[in-house]
Amino acid sequence: MRRWPLGVLVLIVFGLMLGGCARSEDEVVIGSKKFTESVILGEMLTALAQTTGRPVLHRASLGGTRILFNALQAGEIDAYVEYTGTLSHEIMARETAVSPAELRAWLADRGIALVGSLGFQNNYALGMPEAEASDLAIHTLSDLKAHPELRFRFGSEFMERSDGWPGLRERYGLPQQDVRGVEHELAYRALGAGEADVTELYTTDAEIAYYGLRTLDDDLGYFPRYDAVLLLRADLGQRAPSVRAALERSLGLIDVGEMVALNAAVKIEGEGEAQAARDFLRVKLGLASEVSSDGLLARLARHSLEHLMLVGVSLTAAICVAVPLGVLAAYRRRLGQVVLSTVGILQTIPALALLVFMIPLFGIGAGPALVALFLYSLLPIVRNTHAGITGIPVALRESAQALGLPAAARLRRIELPLALPMILAGIKTAAVINVGAATLGALVGAGGYGQPILTGIRLDNTALILEGAIPSALFALVTQWLFERAERAVVPRGIRGRSG
Amino acid sequence: MFTLSQVSKHYQDKAALAGVDLSIAPGRTTVLIGPSGCGKSTLLRLLIGLGEPDSGQLDFDGQPLRASTLPAQRLRMGYVIQQGGLFPHLKAGENVVLMARHLGWSDQRIQERLDLLARLTHFPADGLERYPNELSGGQNQRVALMRALMLDPEVLLLDEPLGALDPMIRFELQEDLKEVFQALGKTVVLVTHDLAEATFFGHSIVLMRAGRILQIGTLEEMVAAPAEPFVEQFIRAQRSHLLNGGGV
Repeated sequence: MRRWPLGVLVLIVFGLMLGGCARSEDEVVIGSKKFTESVILGEMLTALAQTTGRPVLHRASLGGTRILFNALQAGEIDAYVEYTGTLSHEIMARETAVSPAELRAWLADRGIALVGSLGFQNNYALGMPEAEASDLAIHTLSDLKAHPELRFRFGSEFMERSDGWPGLRERYGLPQQDVRGVEHELAYRALGAGEADVTELYTTDAEIAYYGLRTLDDDLGYFPRYDAVLLLRADLGQRAPSVRAALERSLGLIDVGEMVALNAAVKIEGEGEAQAARDFLRVKLGLASEVSSDGLLARLARHSLEHLMLVGVSLTAAICVAVPLGVLAAYRRRLGQVVLSTVGILQTIPALALLVFMIPLFGIGAGPALVALFLYSLLPIVRNTHAGITGIPVALRESAQALGLPAAARLRRIELPLALPMILAGIKTAAVINVGAATLGALVGAGGYGQPILTGIRLDNTALILEGAIPSALFALVTQWLFERAERAVVPRGIRGRSG
Repeated sequence: MFTLSQVSKHYQDKAALAGVDLSIAPGRTTVLIGPSGCGKSTLLRLLIGLGEPDSGQLDFDGQPLRASTLPAQRLRMGYVIQQGGLFPHLKAGENVVLMARHLGWSDQRIQERLDLLARLTHFPADGLERYPNELSGGQNQRVALMRALMLDPEVLLLDEPLGALDPMIRFELQEDLKEVFQALGKTVVLVTHDLAEATFFGHSIVLMRAGRILQIGTLEEMVAAPAEPFVEQFIRAQRSHLLNGGGV
């Protein structure tokens, strides 16, 4: 009676962890990064794959390039849209441009097929208001040389990167003096208000349409090319030829103006990504499909359940491991130092890095998030268990010995109960941190309250951010309250409030 | 009951006990007394196995205390320390019956023993349901005494059991303790720094100084024939203290 629940819990935990990364053979998984354009393209690939009748899952808004690429390489997802410049700079880590053939070969070695371009590029470019540009007859970057009076406002990163403004000025010999670094959003507004003339932009930014900007042609080919390309698992062709064929319908489908319009529909007009993507497919390919979307309550329920699962499972596992570790650390001083420093170091690993490390091992979804949360929960529990046991007065320790209680009984009847308030305080700390940290799970597709928060940040939509942030804060408060209730229930009156 | 020959014990290069020879007779009360740091508490701790002699021989009922036999040997001893050493997370009654429960005594046997001990130590029955921090210092010591006596051990070891109590309570508890010792006829070893208390309890007084035993006997014997000048000094100091009304 005393022993089996622990074993069962551990089994459940590992079962759920494995369950979190397993998926059915049949299912096709599309990925997307956590920025609007990527999510729209992910929705588009999803809709195309669904025309084959196969079950399709869209792992939307994953944490970043590394996470997506590792997931594709590990077979956790089957397809996503990447940019050639990102592949050569971030994934291959090359300083100079990589030829398309070399890129294809490099990817093929890793089991990934670069199928082709979707038809647009998302490059760095300079833009200026259409009316002003046409008055001054400026079409290309070279045309800027004739107008030294123009006021340039750049995002601070672009101002400083060697492949940003400094290199650009040198290549084109630009003479402008009034050049300042500002917040990127503010640069757009300054252009809109006529207080500035030129800013840098991405060629598919929604703001291009909103502020009526002209994108100046990079006639000397200074900026690297960021072709949007479709990446697939190389084995998808054998596994699901119809899916590959359906996804290939996206090749050459979208030109840069259409991508700007799609981004604007979502970011500026507030349309859903799925809706925008499907509307586009209906017009271009005559594909009719329905967007399935949940109401607020259904979303809330789903996110709450996912969040509860993340916190509950990782915390339970952490308790099962951390309490024995804390006891061990208290009994063996040398080993204890090693244990305490190890869990301390774990705590210092940045969450995103930890999540990226976990993907090859645990895939995409709840798996890596559970492991990361589990590791982060260890420190407070181990440390408090250790402190609770080593803090027991010598007189009490010796009284237990003098009574003749064997070591195991001393631990169970005396030391653990005396350390209980400290241990509970450690678990409470871990739980509250865990509730907050679990929002990061959305970066690897684990869902939870982090999902609306991430989407809200991406779309600059406060309502969506609150849809995740408020329940998450309430969750943390309720957790804290429950632990305080539990403390009152299980800690005997005789030692209550001693380590509160 | 206990036999010590040439027992020494060091703490961080400082001798706490230096070649002690002592035989503690069964069924009698032996009091260890001496100034602070004389080794009397160290000696008592060795008797219950909270520490081992660095050299010399210590036997309990003819057997040395060994790690393997210690748990069983401790069941034959009861131990009470100055502040009681009660477990604060357990109620008074739970403290008393902890070991009996662990050994699997029946509820009935436990209850009978508990009732008997509460009567013996004049402890109010409703106090058993309280936690130690809800009881007075004197009551805590009564609970500690009950706990030590629960398994009906042959030996009772007490380390300044009355040291932290105020005079009135101390006086009352002294009387009760002596009554218990007399009623049970156990081997008692009691540590105190107070000569009046030693005389009150002890069949035999062991006077110690700096890790050595100076003299063993009754107060009368020590007064009549002090083994060393310090014996006389110690007795005189304690007596003048008494005469000056400076508390017990």
